[in-house]
Amino acid sequence: MAASSPRNPPPLPGADNQDPLSEMADEDSDEGEDIFVGNSNPVAESFQTDTANGEEPADLFSEEEISTTVNSSITTTKSNGVHSDNENDLFAEASVELSMENPSTIARENPTTTAKTSGAEFTPSRTQTQPKSIEQLEEDKDEDSFDMDVAVTNPEKIGDGMNAYIAYKVSTRTTLPMFKNRTFSVWRRFSDFLGLYEKLSVKHSLNGCIIPPPPEKSIVGMTKVKVGKEDSSSADFVETRRAALERYLQRVVCHPSLLQDPDVREFLERDELPRAVGTHTLSGAGFLKMINRASDAVSKMTVKISDSDAWFDNKLQEVESEELQLRKLHAVVESLVNHRKELCGNTAVFAKSMAMLGNSEDNTALSRALSQLAEVEDKMETLHQEQAASDFFILAELLADYIRLLGAVRGCFEQRMKTWQRWQEAQSTLQKKREVEAKLLWANKPDKLQQAKEEITEWEGKVTQYERDFDRISVTVRKEFLRFEKEKSKDFKSQIVKYLESLLQSQQRLVKFWEAFLPEAKAIG
Amino acid sequence: MQEGLDDGPDFLSEEDRGPRAVNVDLQTDATLQVDISDALSERDKVKFTVHTKSTLPNFKQNEFSVVRQHEEFIWLHDSFVENEEYAGYIIPPAPPRPDFDASREKLQKLGEGEGSMTKEEFTKMKQELEAEYLAIFKKTVAMHEVFLCRVAAHPVLRKDMNFHVFLEYNQDLSVRGKNKREKMEDFFKNVVKSADGVLVAGVKDVDDFFEHEKTFLLEYHNRVKDASSKSDRMIRSHKSAADDINRIASTLYTLGTQDSTDVCKYFLLVSLPLQKIEARVAADEDLKLADLLKYYLRESQAAKDLLYRRGRALVDYENANKALDKARAKNKDVLQAETSQQVCCQKFEKISESAKQELIDFKTRRVAAFRKNLVELAELELKHAKGNLQLLQSCVGVLKGDT
Repeated sequence: MAASSPRNPPPLPGADNQDPLSEMADEDSDEGEDIFVGNSNPVAESFQTDTANGEEPADLFSEEEISTTVNSSITTTKSNGVHSDNENDLFAEASVELSMENPSTIARENPTTTAKTSGAEFTPSRTQTQPKSIEQLEEDKDEDSFDMDVAVTNPEKIGDGMNAYIAYKVSTRTTLPMFKNRTFSVWRRFSDFLGLYEKLSVKHSLNGCIIPPPPEKSIVGMTKVKVGKEDSSSADFVETRRAALERYLQRVVCHPSLLQDPDVREFLERDELPRAVGTHTLSGAGFLKMINRASDAVSKMTVKISDSDAWFDNKLQEVESEELQLRKLHAVVESLVNHRKELCGNTAVFAKSMAMLGNSEDNTALSRALSQLAEVEDKMETLHQEQAASDFFILAELLADYIRLLGAVRGCFEQRMKTWQRWQEAQSTLQKKREVEAKLLWANKPDKLQQAKEEITEWEGKVTQYERDFDRISVTVRKEFLRFEKEKSKDFKSQIVKYLESLLQSQQRLVKFWEAFLPEAKAIG
Repeated sequence: MQEGLDDGPDFLSEEDRGPRAVNVDLQTDATLQVDISDALSERDKVKFTVHTKSTLPNFKQNEFSVVRQHEEFIWLHDSFVENEEYAGYIIPPAPPRPDFDASREKLQKLGEGEGSMTKEEFTKMKQELEAEYLAIFKKTVAMHEVFLCRVAAHPVLRKDMNFHVFLEYNQDLSVRGKNKREKMEDFFKNVVKSADGVLVAGVKDVDDFFEHEKTFLLEYHNRVKDASSKSDRMIRSHKSAADDINRIASTLYTLGTQDSTDVCKYFLLVSLPLQKIEARVAADEDLKLADLLKYYLRESQAAKDLLYRRGRALVDYENANKALDKARAKNKDVLQAETSQQVCCQKFEKISESAKQELIDFKTRRVAAFRKNLVELAELELKHAKGNLQLLQSCVGVLKGDT
């Protein structure tokens, strides 16, 4: 796991230090992604050590102190509270950059850090510490707002025939110092986005991160575009995809850990990306993925964690039932979009028919009124069309995104389950090894005994390691889930408001149309 | 769908006045007032209670009621059509057969699918379908009532013997529906009639007024037919969209009541306006526009029939003239030819006289009916749009104000 985050300092050689504080730091160094929120973890411990060192915990700079200690916390604990100057210098720049960001969160951090300190013990009473960390985690989530905007625009068809593809302009505007410029843009194609997802998935999903899934591949849609069909359906397809890719990227950069990943930075900044392999549906890698996914699906059904913490079970159930409901809702919304499109067509036809009727009517006033009615119906057609578009782009896509995201959340929970499984299996293996040792003791075979003792030590280490992994992933999953819930709440609220506003606009226009028509109708006769 | 039922009284009471709404200028005077005071829907038939109030001496009482079924209305209408005396009048179109099949089918499907939806969804859909059934029921009552009122308002038809029997005879008229053979006969008669109609219409009329009316009515009828079918289609799509919105609203409601998170609150909030908006609009368009078009489709057909009868009489008259000339030339059966010609002439002139007035009345009625319905349509649309606007604005306000 540590190997996947190259920029992290190497794990402590004394990884199994009795000092719980260093254990904490160690865990974080392995993860690397949790820099922002994970801040508070090492903060707690190192904050104490820093103050012990006499460094000023002044509010304004506390984040600097905090972040300094993120990476150097390893060294501080290692050297028992003494700062190693070298280490400091190396990361000083990094930490300074980080601190530029959120002066607003600093004040919030302070009270929480002290709370965290007390909750730092992670070993025996897990349940006892969880509640405190949840509080902590919930407050930490406010740090997620940084100044970073991404947009995906200007889809352009490059090339011809079956090798054609659509290139999208990915523009970033940011004040984050980790980027070379403040505004920049690059051109990316769909497989690049998929490639990014694959890379992030490989690195972070094992830690229990919820990785936002990209929009789905669509062979039919793309073929139409490739073939050069210049009609509204392929234009719709490109627009839908563009919007979906934009939302995808926005979710990625919103995620504090993922944003730190160099692959994300490279995706946003680098001019030419190497072509992503393994993303093509019909490639070998593609097939392998499908098979893996299928086998995963079978295995996940059978395992259940006998977890004293019912929180995870409850949340997983909620997620599953919500996904079901959203799927149902999505199907109905799609049906609505289709019916509205149909209504659109029928209204246009009806409008023409009314115009004809108005023409053949020999009473002039009535004739005029009927023509007016035909115009109103024509305007209604436009209205219906726009309404259908908003139904689709606001509602249907929102639901589709969240159905995919809930799948990712479930995957996250499954990862935790797998980690638990691994731990349990290690424990049973250890048990078996102990039994073997006992037997050997009784049979008195000294050379085999030595080997057995070595194996026991090895497996004891593994058990401890896996238990720690499980605890770590549990924390991450919980944190991620809470963050996800918050994002979801924000997202749904804003989209629902948008949708209602679009409905509102249609009603306002309806009022205008009919108010204009009413005097014409009254003028008949 | 409490909302739908709550609003029920609104368009129900309009519906009660409905028949008069379609044909505005019915001079309902005290001498003869007819209405349908009650109706009962049994499994495959509807029983209408026809209530009459009259000061005319022909009736035994001043106020009385009888129970009639659809077939009896048809019998009355057909008796008018077949009566030569009424050839010169626009016969009020027969009311359409009560058709609850679609609604019944939907209710049945709902019953079958009961297991697959939540209790709330089921009750909601059931209420909707019941409201729909009720609406169709009221419509059919209105259509039958319009027919009777038109007859009662017509200066000549109101005196018809069959009509009085229909109103007064308090036992079954024993009018059985047509059997298969009779239906086949009707079918052939219609084929012959339309072929003849084409022939007759081809004859140029001397009278400008009628010639103009002929061309006008032909075109008008076709366009009303087109408009009517297109409006039906449009309303069906609207209804489908409304049904979808209802399902969305109820799913959102279910999601919203699962727990009390923020998201659920939003779901609950948004489900409210959604339910109200679309269903109502679809219902109103249906009532006003589509029914109006359908009614005038039938009326314009009746007017066309009048013109056909006149045209037929004209052709007969002209043929009789030719026959008379021939007879005079040959000096054979002259008297016979003369009487025949006179009969034709009288018939033709009688029809022409009343036809002119009928067609002018038709025009006035039509203009007035369209005016009334279009104004009411616009007003209803406005009322609903404004109501929806308010509802949406308050929802958005709550959502935006929250946090």
